[in-house]
Amino acid sequence: MIAEKIKASLTGKKVFERGVHPDDFKSASSEVPISVITPPDHILIPLQQHIGAPAQPIVKVRDEVEIGTKIAEPGGFVSAAIYSSVKGKVAAATTTLVASGQRVAAMPINVDHSADGQMETLLREYLSVDDNARDVEQIEPDEIVNAVADAGIVGMGGATFPTHVKLKVKPDTHIDTFILNGCECEPFLTADDRLMREGSQAVVRGFALAMRAVNAKRGIIAIEDNKPQAIEAMRQTSAQFANMEVVVCMTKYPMGGERQLIWTTLRRAVPTGGLPLDVGVIVMNVGTSAALANAVDRKRPLTHRIVTVTGAVKQSGNFFVPIGTPISYLIEQAGGLREDAAEVIMGGPMMGVSMPDLTVPAIKGTSGITVLSKSQVKAREEASCIRCGRCVDHCPLHLMPTKIAHAVKFRDIELAQHYDMTACIECGCCSYVCPAGIPLVQYIKSGKAMFMRMKKFNN
Amino acid sequence: MSETNEEVKSEKKSQQTGELYVSPSPHLSDPATTRRLMLDVIIALMPTFIAALIFFRANAIRLVVICLVSCLITEYVFNKIRKKPNSLTDFSAVVTALILAFTLPPNLPGFAAAIGSVVAIAIGKMIFGGLGHNIFNPAMVGRAFLMAAFPVLMTTWIAPADIHHNDISSGKSQADKVAAVSQATPLAMLKPGKPGRKMPNAFDLFIGKTSGSLGETSVLALLIGAIYLLARKTIDISIPFGMLGAAVLFGGIAYLAAPGKFANPMFHLGAGGLIFGAFFIATDLVTTPLSVKGRWIFGAGCGILTMVIRQFGTYPEGVMFSVLMMNGLAPLISRWTTPTPLGGHARG
Repeated sequence: MIAEKIKASLTGKKVFERGVHPDDFKSASSEVPISVITPPDHILIPLQQHIGAPAQPIVKVRDEVEIGTKIAEPGGFVSAAIYSSVKGKVAAATTTLVASGQRVAAMPINVDHSADGQMETLLREYLSVDDNARDVEQIEPDEIVNAVADAGIVGMGGATFPTHVKLKVKPDTHIDTFILNGCECEPFLTADDRLMREGSQAVVRGFALAMRAVNAKRGIIAIEDNKPQAIEAMRQTSAQFANMEVVVCMTKYPMGGERQLIWTTLRRAVPTGGLPLDVGVIVMNVGTSAALANAVDRKRPLTHRIVTVTGAVKQSGNFFVPIGTPISYLIEQAGGLREDAAEVIMGGPMMGVSMPDLTVPAIKGTSGITVLSKSQVKAREEASCIRCGRCVDHCPLHLMPTKIAHAVKFRDIELAQHYDMTACIECGCCSYVCPAGIPLVQYIKSGKAMFMRMKKFNN
Repeated sequence: MSETNEEVKSEKKSQQTGELYVSPSPHLSDPATTRRLMLDVIIALMPTFIAALIFFRANAIRLVVICLVSCLITEYVFNKIRKKPNSLTDFSAVVTALILAFTLPPNLPGFAAAIGSVVAIAIGKMIFGGLGHNIFNPAMVGRAFLMAAFPVLMTTWIAPADIHHNDISSGKSQADKVAAVSQATPLAMLKPGKPGRKMPNAFDLFIGKTSGSLGETSVLALLIGAIYLLARKTIDISIPFGMLGAAVLFGGIAYLAAPGKFANPMFHLGAGGLIFGAFFIATDLVTTPLSVKGRWIFGAGCGILTMVIRQFGTYPEGVMFSVLMMNGLAPLISRWTTPTPLGGHARG
């Protein structure tokens, strides 16, 4: 830990205390340029791809839709509109699993392949700034927020919180710093890396607009030092804005976690139970930023995103995909599963969810599909805690995971909360390092669920 | 069992659905398992074992084999009686056996070593529920029992083989052997009323050519193992550096206050079991505090108590008692040093 601090101060890189260093496996796809895919014959668009209320469908069976036709309205303030990502015909409503494990309503669309040629154009646009784009100062903050809301943009790093809600800060809240999150600390994933290398124009443009929307004076672009080309590209492109700077962070998991990132770059601690707003900061993912530029300048809704498909597949890559594409189809685009493929994960291996069923579609928050091989998947027996304190040494939130897990095991939620259970961000560092193979973060997650039930019951 | 535990367990076990595994996140794990940590300690103890072979010859093999066999049998029998799964494969019993053997006088009769091993595993570990549940360092529990039961045998020392060239495993009776080659340890020479033999020089202390417990004499061999453990991140610097730092500081103050009465702190560092204790005994994962801050306090406490016993007590050596005492305090230290969450404590 001391060695790390010395290294950080010598190189000018930023780092937070604790956390873990899993192998990053990024080289499999980091040098593969983003490419478009031919849309599948059928796609399935879930009506809940965000945190908040489900969207309400506004199209019927057999309706014809184009790329960018709105198919569902937001179901409340904290919700997001949903658009068709293909040209085609709406089929009978159904349900699907999403990465959160919930089963939600979904709208299947039978694809009309006559519009497939547009994919290349859409990708080019997604990575660049519109030629007719106005100066940032000429665009009113409200216009930006409304365009974002119209486009149905949500946090594309995986949190899927509706972005317009984030940008609509109360007049009395002062935001002094906006952080653009290009850390991509999950092993395997390279979608953000490629986006920053190939689409730094769009990303920086979106960031400038987002800063304008909340009137932030200072913009920090945070990137981990395992992405030197992305750092270079973002440095060059952001040089046009005097109030933006690229901050290089050391490669460490979970650097991209909001709280870790704010602590790393600004040494401000977001209060437990609070939001980054409480310390005058907003954090946004680079993918969200590109989508935001597209929404404000070209009025394009969020219909496509970049997804890394990697691991035990034959041809790892970064694909520009219509939202709603089944992950089985994405795996086919990557050459199919390798012989030794054992587990398919939506997202990265640290916080992603393993999928029992490959018909599940990619959604707005899907940054990658990671396929683990048989040798990487270890069924570990849970042994006794040897009180080694490794979970305590590595918890980026400075908690005592073993104490919380033990309390949850004996259903003593009060004791678990005494050890600040609800401060946990569920990053999984504790389970990762546990030599006894105890699923600590699982215990904490179920403890939090019990705590919420208890709270509801008491009110 | 509660429903939650079942839920977590059934989710945890990676189960095959068709061709795909499904398991909770994180899907990767650090290669350091309990067994690997124990193996690391065993590997780190090998230089010390070699040193013991050089200086104490057949006695080293004799004690190590006796301790290993009795520790493993005890653990096996305990698991059988309590109908628990076999736990020998976690190698923790091997670590206990080696550490116990290395803290015994080289000429200790085999039956005593066997009794110590049984006590270490049975009373020190298994009756608490096995690995992870014990409060005290098992090897030190075994050794403390031997100290109480066989005080004379446990404080009779022989000189290392190179000094007297005696074949200490020859056909002579136990008593003859002891009488033939007995020699006070460097620390015992400090105590009043002990025969004033010539103190070993610094080089002999460093390579271990001095009398003492099987594995404590060679600072060189211990440091090789210690560097391995630190490099593998099996232990961190908090406990050993806390313990050695506090011992040197405390010893240094005493030495400066009364140089005639107290020995040079550097002598204390090289003599007896301080180095062995700091890197291999006090660092036992199970019986030490959870947080880094707690481990520094734990280490410092061990160091100070060791020096208090060495300088003011009737025993020449204090590592064992200091570690056991601090083991007892470890849960309390853990509690006192609970870290504050990054964003402050949670409410409600």
